Amino acid sequence: MASIITVSGLTKSYASGFQALKGVDLEIEEGEIFALLGPNGAGKTTMISIICGNVRPTGGSVTVAGHDIIRGYRGSRSAIGLVPQELHTDAFERVIDTVTFSRGLFGKTHNDAYIEKILRDLSLWDKRHNKMLELSGGMKRRVMIAKALSHEPRVLFLDEPTAGVDVELRRDMWKLIGELRQTGVTIILTTHYIEEAEEMADRVGVINKGELILVEEKTALMKKLGKKTLTVVLADPLAAVPPELAQWQVTLKADGHEMEYVFDTQAERTGVSSLLRRLGDLGIAYKDLNTEQSSLEDIFVSLVHQEKAA
Amino acid sequence: MSGFNPQGVSRFNYRAIWAIYRFELHRFARTLLTGLLVPVITTSLYFVVFGGAIGSRMTQIDGIAYAAFIVPGLIMMSMFTESIFNASFGIYMPKFSGTIYELLSAPVSAVETIIAYVGAAATKSMIVGIIIFATAHLFVDIHVAHPLAMAGFMMLIAISFCLFGFILGIWAQSFEQLQVIPLLLIMPMTFLGGAFYSIHMLAEPWRTITLFNPIVYLISGFRWTFFGRGDVGIGFSLLFIAGMLAVCLGVIGWMFRTGYRLKK
Repeated sequence: MASIITVSGLTKSYASGFQALKGVDLEIEEGEIFALLGPNGAGKTTMISIICGNVRPTGGSVTVAGHDIIRGYRGSRSAIGLVPQELHTDAFERVIDTVTFSRGLFGKTHNDAYIEKILRDLSLWDKRHNKMLELSGGMKRRVMIAKALSHEPRVLFLDEPTAGVDVELRRDMWKLIGELRQTGVTIILTTHYIEEAEEMADRVGVINKGELILVEEKTALMKKLGKKTLTVVLADPLAAVPPELAQWQVTLKADGHEMEYVFDTQAERTGVSSLLRRLGDLGIAYKDLNTEQSSLEDIFVSLVHQEKAA
Repeated sequence: MSGFNPQGVSRFNYRAIWAIYRFELHRFARTLLTGLLVPVITTSLYFVVFGGAIGSRMTQIDGIAYAAFIVPGLIMMSMFTESIFNASFGIYMPKFSGTIYELLSAPVSAVETIIAYVGAAATKSMIVGIIIFATAHLFVDIHVAHPLAMAGFMMLIAISFCLFGFILGIWAQSFEQLQVIPLLLIMPMTFLGGAFYSIHMLAEPWRTITLFNPIVYLISGFRWTFFGRGDVGIGFSLLFIAGMLAVCLGVIGWMFRTGYRLKK
């Protein structure tokens, strides 16, 4: 697939000396959903803001749809729709006016049919005559997405799209993002809800302290770094781990009713069958087995942890 | 060269100018009643106080009825403050509410941004100026010596003070800073700049000191378009407006080049 965004050696330092980005390289492919993960202050929003034109880069370059963000800013910005993290809206404007305004601002011809389609897709059509201040937070977020889509961008940036949004609305948002992808729009979202990335992203990038420490296909990442946890539900509780099981480093949970064993799915020998055989040898009976894949969250935490340790 | 690139983005984004211009006029329309009533009421009050109470003892300045004499000064005074307030709020509010993210991420150049915001604010100033001019007719007979020059002068004043307001709006980091310049600088300079008297009425050294106040040249020039004469030559007045336009454009150009208080 062709790249729609190319970031090379991007740096950002502030007058205070703080380095928000320390030489980031990244290629975003057209049509993918890319999730940028990282703790607060890692540089996610800084990077997005530079690409969109809200913050000036200190060094490096970015091209969007073949246009340099500085020299060809009209071309690059025309290709981008931005939904920022904070809900910045004009309180007294009506929904339909603010969305129509955005389309004009991006230099597109008036198109009532298209605006209607966006508003209907985002369940905003019934609210089109409402003023922004009359809308709930979730609805405001939708209007901001409508504004970002109003000029038919090829890339949509969603900075923390579900921050402060209730569970139901978050599900709606995921569904919406899935639908947007069907239209061929490239989506880049930042989040610190790992489940969000896990649910939607094709690829995941992890940024920490201004450095992109990892970019990987989500499934490959899960496979590569994924650990599984085997839970053995015991027939009779154990008071302590028998010394014979020391090599597996098992732990007891639920007052000795459960035994947990963490293994690497990629290892040549996972140790699962040998553990179960040994349990049989020791006469420890069990009534159930359960394995669980570790989540992106665990992966993320361990990555950031490694960084700190290094 | 065609005006459009393949993505349909015009090289000059006149649609963005129109969108911002309409947005700003819409903002003014929301407060239309107060926006129009305030100049009418203040003008009437000035006529009652200056024209009626004081004017009856002064009768004439330079052969012009006092009530008529103050009309250009009144229009200028309101246009100075209106221009600065409208233009500064226009750009300060998006900064304050955060909606400026959209402008900064849009394919809009500095020149287009200025044309849109300053154009909208100047439009409102012109409307206010015309309303005051019309209201004045209720109180006094005015014959404008150079109507075209008067309209042109009003437009130049509106544009230069809106540019100044735009700079103020970008510079300001609080509502207080936004108010401080028009109230503590422009207002006194206007009063001392001959809005209600001819500087020839002043004794020395005040007359010479007053000549350092740029507002004197602006009011005098506008008065010239009404009565064919002013405190200083019309050439000086035009020079001062040209100077103010040049300085404001220079400052704004620098602000956009460096991203001053707009971009981190």
